[in-house]
Amino acid sequence: MSSLQIPPTGLRFENIDKRYGGLFALRRVSFEIAPGECAVLAGRNGSGKTTLLRIAGQIVRPTHGKLFFPGESLNDHRQSRPGYVGHSTMVYDELSAEENLLLFARLQEVESPAARAESLLRDVGLYERRDSLVRTFSRGMRQRIAIARALIHRPSVLLLDEPATGLDPLGISWLAQTLRELNCAGCTIVMSLHGESEISALATRAVRLDAGSVVADTKAGASLHQILTFGAA
Amino acid sequence: MSLLSNTAVLLGKELRTEFRSRELLTTTVVFILVVLILFSFAISPTSEESREFGPGLLWLAILFAASLMLQPCFLREQHNDTLSSLRLAVGDPFSIFLAKLSANTLFLLVTEILMLPLFAIFYNVPILPELHYLLLVLFLGSLGISIAGTALSAISAQARMRELLLPLLLLPLLTPILVVSATVSVSLLDRQPIVQWKGIAFLAAFDVVFLTALWLFGEYLLEE
Repeated sequence: MSSLQIPPTGLRFENIDKRYGGLFALRRVSFEIAPGECAVLAGRNGSGKTTLLRIAGQIVRPTHGKLFFPGESLNDHRQSRPGYVGHSTMVYDELSAEENLLLFARLQEVESPAARAESLLRDVGLYERRDSLVRTFSRGMRQRIAIARALIHRPSVLLLDEPATGLDPLGISWLAQTLRELNCAGCTIVMSLHGESEISALATRAVRLDAGSVVADTKAGASLHQILTFGAA
Repeated sequence: MSLLSNTAVLLGKELRTEFRSRELLTTTVVFILVVLILFSFAISPTSEESREFGPGLLWLAILFAASLMLQPCFLREQHNDTLSSLRLAVGDPFSIFLAKLSANTLFLLVTEILMLPLFAIFYNVPILPELHYLLLVLFLGSLGISIAGTALSAISAQARMRELLLPLLLLPLLTPILVVSATVSVSLLDRQPIVQWKGIAFLAAFDVVFLTALWLFGEYLLEE
C-alpha cells in the first residue's frame, strides 16, 4: 500500500451502551486500543461486534458512553476520521470504480484526488477495470473497491467488519499483506473476524464480546488463540 | 465552503447516476403525460373549464409524480449502505440533503418544462403571455415539494412500511403548497391574468421555513 504517512491515533470506548428499543446490543463496553495496534474483535453472531465497529466508525451513536481517539491531532482531523469497511460495499453500483473513488476523495478533500484514486486502484489490483461499473464486479472485486474507498483519505484508524468475506485464498493473502503494510505505516486496525486465519495472524490484541459485553481480552491475560477460537469462556 | 463544494460533488453524483439509469425522470415524465392525456380525453374541457381546472390537474399530477420520484431518493442509498459512507465522508450532512433536493427540484422542473407545451395543447390554454411568472410558480412549488419530500424520504426510508409512509406523510404536508400553487397558476392563466404576489410570497416563505428546518434537524433524520 503506497504513500502512507499516518499519524498514530488510538481508540477508546468508555462505558458504551447501545440499545435498539428494549434490546441491548452493547452493555458497558470499555477498553482502549493503543495507536498502531492491530486488534481483532471476536464473538458469536449477534455479540455486538458490528454495532461496536459502527459506533467506532461514527456511523451509529451510542445510547450511552463516549468514544475517544487518543493521539488525534486537531490538524489532522480529516485523517483521523476512521476508514470503515462494512458488510456492504458502501460504494455505488451505477458508478465505475474510478468514479467511486474520485467521489469519496473529493468529498473528503483529498489532495490530488485523481492521483490518489489511481494509486489505490493499482494497489488493490483494479486499475485495469477502473472504467467498469461496480455492478459488473465479482464479490472479491467489490471487497477490494470497498477497501480502497475506506483508505482514500489515508485514515489513521481502519475498521473492518469481517473483511475476508467473499475473498478467495489469493484475495485473503492480498488483504493480509495490505493490512500488514498499513499497520507497519502506523495505521491502527480494528477488525471483526471469525476464527483463526492469515488475517488474524496480524493481530497484536484480541477482544471477545458476548451478548454485548467484553468477556475476554488479551490485555487481561487471555491468549489470542483462546479468544479467536471462542475457547476463553 | 466545504458545504457548497460537497453539495456540488454530490449533485454531480446524483445527476450522473440518474442519467445512467433514467429511473426517476422516465417514471415522472410518463406518469404526468398519462394523467394529462387521460383527463384531457375523459373530460374534454372547454377553454374556460381548462383555464379553471387545468392548473389544479397539472399540480395534482406533479404532486403524485413527485411522490413517485421521491420514494427511491434515499431508498437507493440503502442498497449498498452508501448513506453510511456519505455520512462518513461529508463534513456537514446538510450537503447530502442539499444535493438530493437540488437534484429532485431539477428533475421535477425538467419534467414540468417538457409537459407545459403538451398541457397547453391538450387543454387549449395559452401559456406564453405569463410564462415567466408561471415558471417562477413552478420553480417555487417544485422546490417546496422537493424540500419537504426529501426530508420525508429520509424518514420513510428507514421505516418498515416505507412505501406507504411517504405518501401518507407527504400529501397532507404538501396540501398548502398545492392549493396555493394551483390558485396562483389559475390566476396567471386567466383571460385577464393577475399575478398573486401574496401566493408567490407564501410559496417562497414555505421553502425558506422548510429549508431552515432541514438545515437544523436534517442530521437526526439520517441517523440509524
